[in-house]
Amino acid sequence: MTSLTLVLAAILLLACSGLPSLVFSRVSDTGQRWSFGITLAATSIGAVGAVLTFANDATPELNVPWAVPGGAFHVTLDGLSAAFLVSVFLLSALGALYGLSYWAQAEHPENGVRLRFFYGLMTSAMALLLIARNGLLFLTAWEIMALSGFFLIATEHEKKDVQEAGWVYLVATHLSSLLLFGFFAIYFAITGTLELKPFSEQPAFGALLFLIAVAGFGIKAGLFPLHVWLPSAHANAPSHVSALFSGVVIKMGVYGVMRVCWLFPHPPLWWGSLLVALGVVSGVLGVAFALGQHDIKRLLAYHSIENIGIIFMGFGLAMVGRSLGQPALVALGMAGAVLHVWNHGLFKALLFLAAGAVIHATHTRDIERLGGLSKRMPHTALMFLIGAVAICGLPPLNGFISELFVYIGLFRAYALDARSWPLAPFTAAALALIGGLAVACFVKVYGIVFLGEPRTEIAESGSECSPSMAVPMRLLAGLCFLIGLAPVVVVAFMDRATTDWQFAHHDLTPSLFEIAPILPLMAAGSVVAGGTAVVFFMLWRARKRGTTTYTGTWDCGYIAPAARMQYTASSFAQMLVNLFGWALRPHTSKVHFEGYWPKTNVFRSHVPETVLDQLVVPLFRRTADVFSLVRVMQQGRAQLYLVYIVAALLVLLATV
Amino acid sequence: MARFFDIVIHLLVLVLLPPLVLGIVNKTKAWFGGRVGPPLTQVYSDVFKLMRKDLTLSRTTTWVFLMGPAVSLTTVLLAGLLIPFGMHAAPVSFTGDVILAAYLLALGRFFTASAALDTGSSFEGMGAAREVTFSSFAEPALFLGFAVLARLTESLSLSHMLAAPTSTGSVASIGIIALLVVAWFAVLLSENSRIPVDDPNTHLELTMIHEVMVLDHSGPAFGMIVYSAAVKLFVMSVLVVDLIVPKTGLGSPFDWLVFLVAMAAIGIAIGIVESSIARLRMVTVPKLLVSACLLAAFGASLLLR
Repeated sequence: MTSLTLVLAAILLLACSGLPSLVFSRVSDTGQRWSFGITLAATSIGAVGAVLTFANDATPELNVPWAVPGGAFHVTLDGLSAAFLVSVFLLSALGALYGLSYWAQAEHPENGVRLRFFYGLMTSAMALLLIARNGLLFLTAWEIMALSGFFLIATEHEKKDVQEAGWVYLVATHLSSLLLFGFFAIYFAITGTLELKPFSEQPAFGALLFLIAVAGFGIKAGLFPLHVWLPSAHANAPSHVSALFSGVVIKMGVYGVMRVCWLFPHPPLWWGSLLVALGVVSGVLGVAFALGQHDIKRLLAYHSIENIGIIFMGFGLAMVGRSLGQPALVALGMAGAVLHVWNHGLFKALLFLAAGAVIHATHTRDIERLGGLSKRMPHTALMFLIGAVAICGLPPLNGFISELFVYIGLFRAYALDARSWPLAPFTAAALALIGGLAVACFVKVYGIVFLGEPRTEIAESGSECSPSMAVPMRLLAGLCFLIGLAPVVVVAFMDRATTDWQFAHHDLTPSLFEIAPILPLMAAGSVVAGGTAVVFFMLWRARKRGTTTYTGTWDCGYIAPAARMQYTASSFAQMLVNLFGWALRPHTSKVHFEGYWPKTNVFRSHVPETVLDQLVVPLFRRTADVFSLVRVMQQGRAQLYLVYIVAALLVLLATV
Repeated sequence: MARFFDIVIHLLVLVLLPPLVLGIVNKTKAWFGGRVGPPLTQVYSDVFKLMRKDLTLSRTTTWVFLMGPAVSLTTVLLAGLLIPFGMHAAPVSFTGDVILAAYLLALGRFFTASAALDTGSSFEGMGAAREVTFSSFAEPALFLGFAVLARLTESLSLSHMLAAPTSTGSVASIGIIALLVVAWFAVLLSENSRIPVDDPNTHLELTMIHEVMVLDHSGPAFGMIVYSAAVKLFVMSVLVVDLIVPKTGLGSPFDWLVFLVAMAAIGIAIGIVESSIARLRMVTVPKLLVSACLLAAFGASLLLR
C-alpha cells in the first residue's frame, strides 16, 4: 500500500507542479525554479514508490467509488505499471531540469508558463493512466495526456510549422481516442463492467477488441502506417518536450497494447505474428525514412518509429510464447520489449537533449548546415556519440542488451522450442537489417553534425551548453553504460514485469538469469570497454609524442580544399535512400549543365512525409468531398433543425 | 589440459596467423597475374614498419579519429575469441555469443566510418557511406545463417553451432549448409572489401570503400588498421571454413592441421575469385548481397516443417 500511496502523491504533486509559474512574475525565473522543485520532489517520491513495488511481492490496489456511471477510482500498481512508471518519473525530472535553461522563463515570457503547466499535467496524467484499472479512469487520464500534449507541441504556436504539426497531432490523437472509446464500449458490452481484469477464457469478439486496441494504441505509439503525426510533432516541440514525447508518451501506446493483451488468457497465434509483422514494418521503414531526413529532430523522431518496431517485435514474441505455451519465449520477449522501453527512453532522451543543445547553440535543425561542432561543443558531442552507439544496439551499451533478449527469443522460437514459428528467422534477419541501417544513419548524423569542418558560419558560432542542460545528459549517458555493463541490475525488474503480465496464464515464466547470458554479458561488456580504452590510450600516448606532425586532410593534391567539399548528409545516405526509394519516394531535382559557361545550379533532395502526403491527406480530402454533400442539410437555422427532429420522430412513430 | 593447450593455440593462431592468410591471397593473385608477387610475410613487414613510424594527423581531426583503429582492433580480436577454430571450441562461449560476435564487428564499423568522417574529406565520406550501406545488407545474410545453424544444432552458442552441423548432418542438411557457404562467402568478400565488391589494391574513386576510409591514417594507427583488417578477414573466413571442415577423429593435433590447411585453402580460393572475376559496378553490389540473403533465407525456409 505504501508504494501506491507514494505514486498517488507523486501524481497529485506533478499535476500541481505548473501552478507556481502562474503566481510568480512572467519575466523572472523564480516560478520556474519552484515548479522544478515540485517536479523533482514528486518524481523522487513516485520513483521510490515504483521501485518499492519491485522490492516486495504484493500488488497494492485501491478501489474507491467515483460519481460517474460505470466509473470507479480503481488503481493497481503491478510490475508492468511500475516498470513504465520508473521511466515516466525519471524522464520527467530530467526534462524539467533541462528545461530550466533550455526554455528559461525570463527568455520565454510568452509561453514558458503554459509549457510548465501542461508539462506537469501531462506527466501526472501518464502516471495515472499507468495504474488505472477502470476504463473510464483510463480514458480520462488518456485524454488529459493527449490534450496537454497538444499544448506542449503547440508551445510556439505563432509559427506555421508548429500549427501544422499541432493540427496533425490533434486529429491523430482524437482518432486514437475514438478507437479507444469504441474499444471500451465493446468491452462493456461483452463483460458488463468497465473494470479491467483478465478474462477467464477467450471471449467472443476478442479479435475485434484486439484489432481496435492495436489500431488505437498504435497511433499513439507511432507504429508505422499510423505514425503520421509523430515526426512533425517531435520536430516542432521544444527539445525536452520531444525527449519526453519520444521517451515516454509514445510508450503509453505500447503499454496500452500490453495491458489489453494481458486481458486475454489464450490468444490465437496470429495475434503475436501480427504484432511482430507490424514491428518489422515499423522498424525497417522507420530507419529507412530516418536516413532521408536532414532535420536532426525529425530524423530522431523516425528512429522512435524504428525502436517502437523493435519493442513490438519483442512483445509480439511474448504473445507467440503465450499462444504456444512457451514460457521462455514469454520471458525473453517481454524482457526485451520492456527493457527496450527503458533503454529507448534513456538513449533517445539523451539524443534529443544533445540535439537540443546543438539547436540552442546554432539555431538550426538542418544538419547540412552544421559540422565540426565537436571542437566547440565537446561535451555535447560526447553525449550524442554515447546515445548514438546505444541506439544502434551496439555493445557495451544498453541497447545491445534488450536487442539481445529479442534475438535469443527469436532464435529459440525457430530452433529450440517444440513447435517452430515460421516468422522467427526472418524477423531476426529484419532486426539485423535494422541494426545495420541504424549504424549507417547514426554515423551520418554524428559525423555530419559533429565531425569534419564547419559547413557554415552558424556552425562556427556554436558554444557549449549550460550545466543544467549538461547534467541530465550525463545522468542518461551514465545509465546507458550502467545497463549495458551490468545488465544484472535490471533482471529483477524485468522478471517481475513479465510475471505480472503473465499472471492470467499461470505458466511460471523462468527468470532471465536462467535463459539469458547475464553474467557472461557483463564480463564481455567490461572487456570491450576496457580493451578499447587500453588500445585507445596507447594510440593517444603515441600522438602526444613530440614527433607527431599536424597537417591538413589529404585532398588528392588539390590546393584549396573548402568545407563545402565535404561529404554531406544527403550524399552519405543517397545510395540507401535510392535503394528504399519504393517506400520513401524521395524528391530530387536533377542538375543540368549546358553550354560552355554553365549557369549556377542547385541540387535539392528531400524525403517527404510519404504516408501523410500521398495516403492520408488524399484519403481525408476524398472523405471530405463525399461528406460535403450532406452539408446542405446544415444551415445553422434553429427552425430547420426542429423540422428535422419532427420528421425523424414521425418516421420513427410510423415504423414502430 | 588438452583444453588449455587448445586455448593457447587458439590465441596464438588468432594473433599471429591472420597476416599470413592475406599473404596467401596476394601470392595467389600474383601467380594468376604471372608475377612473383610480394613475399608471403609482406603484411607482417608492413605492420611492423608502420608501428615504428611517427603519426601524421590532420588538424581537422579529433579524438574520434584515433578511436577508429582502437575500436576496430579490439572488436575483431574479441570476436575472434568467440568463434571456434575448426573443431575446437572457442576460448569464450555462452548462449547468445553469436549475436555478440556480429555486433562487435558492427561496433568496429561504427567507429571506422566515424573516423573517416572526422577528416572532413569527401573521399573518405564516400568510403564510409559505402561501407555502412553494404554492411547493412550483409547483416541479414549473416543472421539468417546463424538461425539455420541454431536450428540444425539446437544451440545458440557459436562453438556448438559451427562444430556440429557437418558432423551430424543428414543429406538435406548438407544441401542447406552448401547454400550457407555460398551466402557467407559473398558476405566475407563484401565485408572485407575484396573483389568483386571493392579492390583492396587501389583507392581510385570507383572502388573507394575500405581503403579510402583509412586514407588519412598513418603510423601506428594505420598499422593497427592493416592488422585488424587481416584479423577480420581471418575471423570471417573461419566462419566459412568451419561450415566445411570435417572432424578428422584423429585427435586434436590433426584437427588443428586440417583447420590450418583449410584456412590456406580459403586464402587461395579468395585469391582465385579476385583474379578471375571483375569488380561489380557499385550499384549492383546490393544485388549480390540481397542474393546472399535470399540463399540463406531459402535455407531457413527449407528447415521449416
